[in-house]
Amino acid sequence: MEVVLALAIGTLAGSGIYLLLRPRTFQLIMGLSLLGYAVNLFIFGMGRLQTGAPPVIDAVRGSDPALYADPVPQALVLTAIVIGFATTALFLVVLLASRGLSGTDHVDGREAENP
Amino acid sequence: MNGWLQHLPILPVLLPLLAAALLLLPGESRRGTRAAMALTATLAQLAVAIILLGMADGRLDAAWPGDIAVYALGGWAPPFGIVLVVDRLAAVMLVLSAALALAALTYSLARWERAGTHYLPLFQLLLMGLNGAFLTGDLFNLFVFFEVLLAASYGLVLHGSGLGRVKAGMHYIVVNLLASLVFLIAAALIYGVTGTLNMAELAQRVAQLSGHERTLFDLGALLLGIVFLVKAAAWPLNFWLPSAYGAAAPPVAAVFAILTKVGVYGLLRFATLLQDVDAPAPFGGDWLFYCGLATIAAGTVGVLGTQKLVRVAGFLVIVSSGTLLAAFGFTGTTLTGPALYYLVSSVLASGAFFMVIEMAERGRTASADLLAVSFEAFGLQVKEASSEHPDEMGGVAIPAAMAFLGLAFFSCVLLLTGLPPFSGFVGKFALIAAAIAVPPAAPFLHTVLFGAALLLSGLAGVIALSRLGVRVFWDSERPTPRLQWLEAGPAAALVLLCTALAFGAGPAMNYFDATARSLYDTRAYVGAVLPAADTGATE
Repeated sequence: MEVVLALAIGTLAGSGIYLLLRPRTFQLIMGLSLLGYAVNLFIFGMGRLQTGAPPVIDAVRGSDPALYADPVPQALVLTAIVIGFATTALFLVVLLASRGLSGTDHVDGREAENP
Repeated sequence: MNGWLQHLPILPVLLPLLAAALLLLPGESRRGTRAAMALTATLAQLAVAIILLGMADGRLDAAWPGDIAVYALGGWAPPFGIVLVVDRLAAVMLVLSAALALAALTYSLARWERAGTHYLPLFQLLLMGLNGAFLTGDLFNLFVFFEVLLAASYGLVLHGSGLGRVKAGMHYIVVNLLASLVFLIAAALIYGVTGTLNMAELAQRVAQLSGHERTLFDLGALLLGIVFLVKAAAWPLNFWLPSAYGAAAPPVAAVFAILTKVGVYGLLRFATLLQDVDAPAPFGGDWLFYCGLATIAAGTVGVLGTQKLVRVAGFLVIVSSGTLLAAFGFTGTTLTGPALYYLVSSVLASGAFFMVIEMAERGRTASADLLAVSFEAFGLQVKEASSEHPDEMGGVAIPAAMAFLGLAFFSCVLLLTGLPPFSGFVGKFALIAAAIAVPPAAPFLHTVLFGAALLLSGLAGVIALSRLGVRVFWDSERPTPRLQWLEAGPAAALVLLCTALAFGAGPAMNYFDATARSLYDTRAYVGAVLPAADTGATE
């Protein structure tokens, strides 16, 4: 499981960084989203990987912490997702405004001159 | 009496949040009501911040024992709940941001507020993020407040719209979104190895780490440091700053003068908490010192090479950040007090400078164009064009507006470059004096480099600003700009505040030295947040 998660995070982060370095705004926003997913998975992994362990204490299982997943990273991921969602939406608006004002989707607001 | 006083630390976060929500209620057309609400909220924040400052310094009867106030949100005891911590540093940053915000807000009410929608709520949310970031004692909470202030700042950068702002704003947003992701990785790594997000408990836990856990923690801390350096505009992470600040509306740029200092604050806070456990590179030592010097050099080159006044102001913000970083990286801890004095003075002066520049350049075509574009984008051109255009703007033209502007510009130049008699000089003088006083421990080379960097950057500032000042003020082609009291007042008030800081340099410096002493007393901070920790009850 660790290997799969690590590979997934690596692939997402790698593609995200590649897209971030591209000159089009749409690629930029896709890159940021992919990086966001990678980071969220990473935070999740920081709570240690466990299967079948709930994060909330219930009466039947008792109070042994080994039976439960760490709830803090899950709460952090939730916050990070919400914040990431909001900033992506905001960035989308800026992207459209830039496209509308400059007539191009280049990040600098004008096309690079072709040699 | 004490019943509500002990809830004082939460007010700097709650007040602006509440004000921002309430400001959405009246329609955009009810300017008077909205302006009054925003002003009241900001004034109240200033009052609360001053009371907190008085309490933290022991001038007023504090509602809590000891120097450091700890406010547990929801009554959850510190390692489990989120805490707000008011110490001397947090209190002085609160006062600084509230004072600067009040001036910028008053200034923007005269004209700039109308260049777009939802300016006032965004402004309050920015203040909420700032105040929260200064107060919080929890790493993840710090991230959240950073996001709040950044989200508001994205909106404010774009205030007034126009191609220039959208272009610069987009770069600013991408850089900061990326930095936020790095912040998350850092917070997750640190939580993963230490199992806590509480900053005080963190300082304790790190000492118990060893082997690869310690390596992972160092990596996390390194990433955290990089995030703070991006916010503090350290070279080579600062290319976004001049264009973003230059493109933003002037009152927005004026409040942004304090945004870079949030990064500096974060660095200082974590550096002092981690000092006993050998903090990793970005938080101190030679590495930070040379980074600061490089930042000063980059800023100085920018100051000399730029043709536009606003961009010069942006580069001066970078120079002041670099000065602070170099001071914190300098051997020993004696530079911290003077550095904090310099921080306050430079933030106030840059804020005033952004306003003065806009007033002085008014009537010259560039800024008028910009405003016309923003009015067009919001469809105000049709019916209000004649009354809203800056050059025909009503209001009393202050006689001798040029004389006032010249005086204000001149004062700002003296302040920013560190010439007597203003507080900029006192700050730089104290920094160099402290640097000369520590040599036994510090390498001679460092002292020389530090002094040279401070003096040369000041000289470059004088050269660039006098060159551009001549062009702006002795331009016979232009009409005298018309000012309103609402605009001239805040800029003058900020300059006067700096003058007061220079005259009250003795008491102020005592306060900042006490701040530095309490900062480096990590045990007091940890003891205040986690009272049980002293007895070794953990583990």
